[in-house]
Amino acid sequence: MNLPSISMAKKPSEMSRRDFLRSGAAASTIVIASGVTLMAYGGDASAKGADANKRWGLLIDVNKCASNCTACVSACSKENGWEDTGHPETDAQWIRKVDLKEKSTGHELSLPVMCQHCESAPCIDVCPTGASFKRADGIVLVDKHTCIGCRYCMMACPYKARSFIHEKLENQKKHAPRGKGTVESCTLCVHRIDAGGTPACVEACNKTGHGAMIFGDLNDPASEISIALTKYPSVALRDDLGLNPGVRYQNL
Amino acid sequence: MERIIYREIPANRGVWQLAILLGAFIAAAAGAVLFIEHHGHIVTGMNNQIVWGLPHVFAIFLIVAASGALNVASIASVFGKTPYKPLARLSALLALALLAGGLAVLVLDLGRPDRLIVAMTKYNFRSIFAWNIYLYTGFFAVVGVYLAVQMTRNVSASLVHAAGTLAFIWRLALTTGTGSIFGWLVARSAYDAAIMAPLFIVMSFALGLAVFVLVVTGVCRLTGRPFGPKLLTRLGSLLGVFVAALLYFTAVQHLSNLYVAEHAGIERFILRDGGIFTNLFWVGQILIGGIIPMIMVFHPTGRFKPASTIIASVLVIIGGLAQLYVIVIGGQAFPLEIFPGYESSSSFFDGVINVYKPSYLEFALGIGGVALSLMITGLGLKTLRILPRSLSDANVNL
Repeated sequence: MNLPSISMAKKPSEMSRRDFLRSGAAASTIVIASGVTLMAYGGDASAKGADANKRWGLLIDVNKCASNCTACVSACSKENGWEDTGHPETDAQWIRKVDLKEKSTGHELSLPVMCQHCESAPCIDVCPTGASFKRADGIVLVDKHTCIGCRYCMMACPYKARSFIHEKLENQKKHAPRGKGTVESCTLCVHRIDAGGTPACVEACNKTGHGAMIFGDLNDPASEISIALTKYPSVALRDDLGLNPGVRYQNL
Repeated sequence: MERIIYREIPANRGVWQLAILLGAFIAAAAGAVLFIEHHGHIVTGMNNQIVWGLPHVFAIFLIVAASGALNVASIASVFGKTPYKPLARLSALLALALLAGGLAVLVLDLGRPDRLIVAMTKYNFRSIFAWNIYLYTGFFAVVGVYLAVQMTRNVSASLVHAAGTLAFIWRLALTTGTGSIFGWLVARSAYDAAIMAPLFIVMSFALGLAVFVLVVTGVCRLTGRPFGPKLLTRLGSLLGVFVAALLYFTAVQHLSNLYVAEHAGIERFILRDGGIFTNLFWVGQILIGGIIPMIMVFHPTGRFKPASTIIASVLVIIGGLAQLYVIVIGGQAFPLEIFPGYESSSSFFDGVINVYKPSYLEFALGIGGVALSLMITGLGLKTLRILPRSLSDANVNL
């Protein structure tokens, strides 16, 4: 049997020694500057890091969310590379549309649910290795290098926001690395935020004309989201747990 | 009456046959692990709704039974009951072996078992899981020392007492940690209760003793060593007390929940409408694992029959597995209450009772953990002076 030589087996995409050293420099940056998180999307040294003065959040107006619209879900799926593989029980879903019917009145509504980016996140508390973590700007992420796949965070999350990767994955997005045997959830499109953009779901919702989602800095009183939160009542899901999520809902 | 003389067990035909059988189960588990690791958890019955499956039931059973198996040694060393002293070495060995088997299952069911080194080097001290890693490794050290001082010549009784006391306190801490894995889960209505820790401790008393009874009588039978009927029925009475306590804690757990309106849903599910879970609770846990063994060991007709204790032990183990299945799987099968007052539905199984069909691979992994525990116990008995040549009633001062 002929085995391919090492040089034949090497693909152009493989790391050179220089790339490896460069990534080491990126890793040391993480240690030097606390609060800077590069691991979340593969150690891109161009990232400026999280700003501790900000707290990113979402405000979802349930009245504006159309029950038959899944634009936010499709956009997230496309942006981050998770998709329907025909195994609904095991497929990852970073965001989902939940249809609700009030038991006493029969009133129906529909809303998106994703990681709520809690201030006191149970997933972070229970994670034995610290792979579940919160950036300085409030975004809750999973460090794919230290997640051991124990799924305790999935037991602990009150929102069913996390998914475990049950099978091999191919064609992943560079900005959203995923790995079999680890847990993942909505990153609030951290790669877009760090580049000054908005999450894909919010962008898609605005494109449909519904405008049910506002993204912004909860710490900035002049931001659109803060003004809307001050002006109108809103609720957090499972507010009784006192987790102070970064995602809030209006007209629920 | 002869002196208590500890000797290695002989490698007779029966011992070899059992070893080969256990080896086959361990090999099957290894094969299952490799298959799951290659294909991912897609080949198991677990999914994004039931994230902990049958391997966790077996792993938790073994870990809980591990701390309970140490009871017999504690009764001898800490509480000074001399008839149990000849059993103390096996009690400690079995505790170590059960914990090793349980942890093996737990670790091999991780999504990334290859990252075990990460779990050992990176700790989040807010996580009870991380604390448990210390409690487990500490248990090996503390019980290992306890076993060693028991087996060392000319060691003072006070040192054995001190080591035994430390091991007893440690085992209580360990099972508190195991129960708190569930007790501290605020998100799910089936858990989130302080009673989970003491419930697990009482469960460990019953399951650990039941496993100990079966192992010690099995080994004695296999190696032709006498085991006194009085000693056995005395263990049976103790088992009955533990089972009664477990029923009491289970009753308090459910009655407390029934009083709180927000927990009515999960209680209705487990106690009345849960299908397999309701059956496992009432028939498996309460009847087979609770009421019948209690009658067997306490009713005058069976009380002094050694067979009653052995059969009761088997039933308690069946009941324990049923109880853990209801807690681990049943607790996840009931949907999360994200929107109280609403009926919810989604593509991600919101608002529905989640279905779990365990695969043979998970069963093989779980049984492999049991086989590993028994193999370690057997190797210990074969190579170390753990078990006395005779455990007749006369020999243990009964």
